[in-house]
Amino acid sequence: MSTLGEAWSTALTLIGGFDAKLLGIVGLSLRVSLSAVLFGSLIGLPLGASVAVGRFAGREPVTVLLNAFIGLPAVVVGLLVYLLLSRAGPLGQFGLLFTPAAMVVAQTVLITPLIAAFARQIVADAWREYREQLKSLGASTGRAALTLLIDTRYSLVTVVLAAFGRAIAEVGAVMIVGGNIDGVTRVMTTTIALETSKGDLPLALALGIILVGIVIVVNAAAHATRRWALHRYG
Amino acid sequence: MGDPKLPPGKHNVMFPLELRGVSFAPGERPVVADLNLRLEASTRTVLLGPNGAGKSVTMRLMHGLLKPSAGEITWGGKTTHPAAQAMVFQRPVLLRRSALANIEYALSLAGIAQGERRTRANAALERVGLGHVAQRPARVLSGGEQQRVALARAWSLLPRILFLDEPTASLDPAASREVERIVAEIAASGTKIVMITHHLGQARRLADDIVFVHDGRITEHSPADEFFRQPRSREADDYLKGELP
Repeated sequence: MSTLGEAWSTALTLIGGFDAKLLGIVGLSLRVSLSAVLFGSLIGLPLGASVAVGRFAGREPVTVLLNAFIGLPAVVVGLLVYLLLSRAGPLGQFGLLFTPAAMVVAQTVLITPLIAAFARQIVADAWREYREQLKSLGASTGRAALTLLIDTRYSLVTVVLAAFGRAIAEVGAVMIVGGNIDGVTRVMTTTIALETSKGDLPLALALGIILVGIVIVVNAAAHATRRWALHRYG
Repeated sequence: MGDPKLPPGKHNVMFPLELRGVSFAPGERPVVADLNLRLEASTRTVLLGPNGAGKSVTMRLMHGLLKPSAGEITWGGKTTHPAAQAMVFQRPVLLRRSALANIEYALSLAGIAQGERRTRANAALERVGLGHVAQRPARVLSGGEQQRVALARAWSLLPRILFLDEPTASLDPAASREVERIVAEIAASGTKIVMITHHLGQARRLADDIVFVHDGRITEHSPADEFFRQPRSREADDYLKGELP
């Protein structure tokens, strides 16, 4: 019991003292996951909107696949990206494996379907309401998709924040493609996994507290954005 | 800003608007069938008829939101669909941006140069008496104000023909009167009006001619005063007496 108590107090000391190692790990986690969210949004939002508004063959299967991939297991994504980036793989020549870049790729693959699937749903709902009016005004399909993305921006912020939550909290993909190399590719989740198995609880606990804190802040931000937007824009 | 007058000339070739044997059958049973109609440039036409008669579908076929399954729609004898038209729906669909930006958006889609949009949008809002809410987010305005923004948006496009599908159905009497006043002004500026309403008093006040639609067919097209004095079709007579559902 006392070890657990010590672990807590050491963890809080690490956080309160802005421990350099701790900050390095948190910083890398944020850089990797924010980059993944950026790329995931750049791909996922237009993709979701196109599937919602466009009328092309294969629209239904794409929708089903996007929805199915929302819950893609992180370790499977890690494995696929590993195969892609390994020396013998199709993208092996770039030497990305076991670098933060590989982790960004893996998390981007992980969350792009999630962003696209929810964006599709949100834009499709808006499209039902706006369709006749936008067609009456002469909007092309592409212009309509862009207009709907802009008009549903506050709902989409929630989607993007949820994607960030998923990215920063996942461990399987970054562990496989990053390799959990100390000082290079070690992020919060992989450190927690490693330090816990080593029995070094304070660092694991400190990171756990910060991780949960980040997730709560992100969700609070999502909630606040929605409430504010509803009040402001209806 | 004075009332806009439509430039005479090339727009007039849009009329008459004619429907010849037009049907719309998305499933097995046609929603409207064998519609024949000729609408002239200058009148205010009101479509009357019971719920589900096919008024809205008829209007959407004319406006080009739906494609006829059979028959032909011509504008001034040609099948090309002219751009100089607008439509106002029962529930105004406004974007999550300011009232002014909603109108500027429509003008941008219509290909109006950026420098001209702000002026035209402001003038349109002034004309519907909403200059003071130009910067307010459109979707938090009252229902009546939102419908006036929708009217301003349509008007700013200077359409040669304006379709209105029950524009006052969800509004209170005061807001309805305001919408009627604006529609009358738009008509006075030279725009052809085609409107659906269930409000007979409104039809009497606004209509020059009545198109009566019943069970997917047009049963008569008469001048408004004649129609209300003595409709030619049995269905219209029953409708006016309140016997049709």
